[in-house]
Amino acid sequence: MSGRWKTRWVTMIRVIHTGIVNFIRNASLAVAAMAVMVVTLTIVLFSVITNATFNNTIAQITNKIDISVFLKDSDTNAQTKQLLGQLKKLPNVKSLQYLSKEQALHQYQQQNAGNEQLLTAINETSNPLPATILIKPVDLNHIQDIKDFLNKPDVAKLQSDAPSYSGDRKEAIDKITHATNVLREIGIITVVVFAVICALIIFNTIQMAIFNRRDEIQIQRLLGASTSFIRGPFVVETIIYGILSAIISVLIINAAFLASSTALQASSLGLLDINYASTYFGNHFWELLAMQLVLGIVLGAVSSAIATRRYLKFKTK
Amino acid sequence: MTQALYWVIIKLMILLDRVTKTYGRGEKGSALSRISLHVEPKEFVIVVGQSGAGKTTLLRLLTREERPTSGKIIVGGVDYDKLKDKDIPLLRRKIGTVFQDFKLLPNKNVYENVAYALEVVGVGNREIRHTVPKVLNIVNLKGKEKNMPLELSGGEQQRVAIARAIVRQPRILVADEPTGNLDPKHAWDVIKVLEKINRYGTTVLLTTHNVEIVNKLKRRVVTIKDGKIASDKANAGYKI
Repeated sequence: MSGRWKTRWVTMIRVIHTGIVNFIRNASLAVAAMAVMVVTLTIVLFSVITNATFNNTIAQITNKIDISVFLKDSDTNAQTKQLLGQLKKLPNVKSLQYLSKEQALHQYQQQNAGNEQLLTAINETSNPLPATILIKPVDLNHIQDIKDFLNKPDVAKLQSDAPSYSGDRKEAIDKITHATNVLREIGIITVVVFAVICALIIFNTIQMAIFNRRDEIQIQRLLGASTSFIRGPFVVETIIYGILSAIISVLIINAAFLASSTALQASSLGLLDINYASTYFGNHFWELLAMQLVLGIVLGAVSSAIATRRYLKFKTK
Repeated sequence: MTQALYWVIIKLMILLDRVTKTYGRGEKGSALSRISLHVEPKEFVIVVGQSGAGKTTLLRLLTREERPTSGKIIVGGVDYDKLKDKDIPLLRRKIGTVFQDFKLLPNKNVYENVAYALEVVGVGNREIRHTVPKVLNIVNLKGKEKNMPLELSGGEQQRVAIARAIVRQPRILVADEPTGNLDPKHAWDVIKVLEKINRYGTTVLLTTHNVEIVNKLKRRVVTIKDGKIASDKANAGYKI
């Protein structure tokens, strides 16, 4: 190692060592800074998991929804084929499924397998179910073009009944979509607010630490210590806050899942699917932990670097 | 700048040219007014003057804790006008500083206090282990390495401070009333150490109130009165 790099290496080791020692000595100050950091990081983690869970819920329900077009018994094969061809060309149609009268009956019987009376009633009459086309839309929120097409007079006259838009499911989806958007916004605002509070408290903590050690810093300055040699330990100290806070926030979320799934015996909290959230957390544990660590370290390092700036300026008068 | 003038500046250790420092406004707020001073390498200069005459301000200008309101300061070839803030630490590493109130780190023992001056500038551990005992020997503190500052007498603490100031072998040592808080015997111990360092080749700038020390040392004496240089004499005694 060349002399210059050796000097840097030795200095770096000293800076880190001093940072760790200061962290241990400043335990009481560290608690305040870390508490708010833990809250911030926990909210971030919770928002990320909640968001993923809601997206999953929406995707699942969206996948189940379809538009049913009921055909008249009198429609000819050619007419049905032509209708299918036209539907396929619509841009918002993801897939089409054709159920003949028999298939529709079969599906109906399966869906109502427990309901003896209904099945008997169906069996006693000739098949009352119409042949059906099931349309899966690409985007649930923009099915107007499909609606318009189905309402055209020459298309409408082929149908035995008005198309079904899976009415109640659509409503549920709208609700969840709306809730997710609101929660996402609330989440972002909360995270930003707490990040700012967190930075301010870290500022304050570092400033108190600097105030306590102002004589030492003055002596360091007079002995010709560089800014980074003085600032370094403070940054190391807050990076330790960040690392510990990240780990604690992950433990808190972990504990929360354990509590809600075992103690409360709940599989969902309102719209939040706890089981999925828990699985998501488990599957992405290391990525989420890494994300928290990066956030904690950045938050700590940036705030302390800024906090020390004004205290390390040289007199310019 | 002419070649001759340039040569003079390079040769000088300390050059102050019409340096004025004012706090607040006007002549009344002026701590130093149009001070010019030349100090050659290896000189031992005593700065005397009453409290408030501007001695401390003069030293603080040299360590760049203060900036002059006007005038030029060149120390060891470094022109302070051209000195950037980020290079101030590099300048201070070349200047050893001793204070009346010692300014030792209370949580570190004698050895650590001296070693600290080397740690700050990134000296390796092996070199620190090699150098610090030597310097403690020079200031007669062998055997006190493990003592904490508060366990030492004032004179011993001041010698720790001197050890810390000289451990990096600075070209200039600036001592602001280092004997101010000491009884005569300890004061004299400290002065002897300063003389020793000066013999090794370090330029020493010492401020003091102590008439006896000034008279015994028989060195160049610069007297400051009301922010101006009242007299500047070689081998002088104390005359105020």
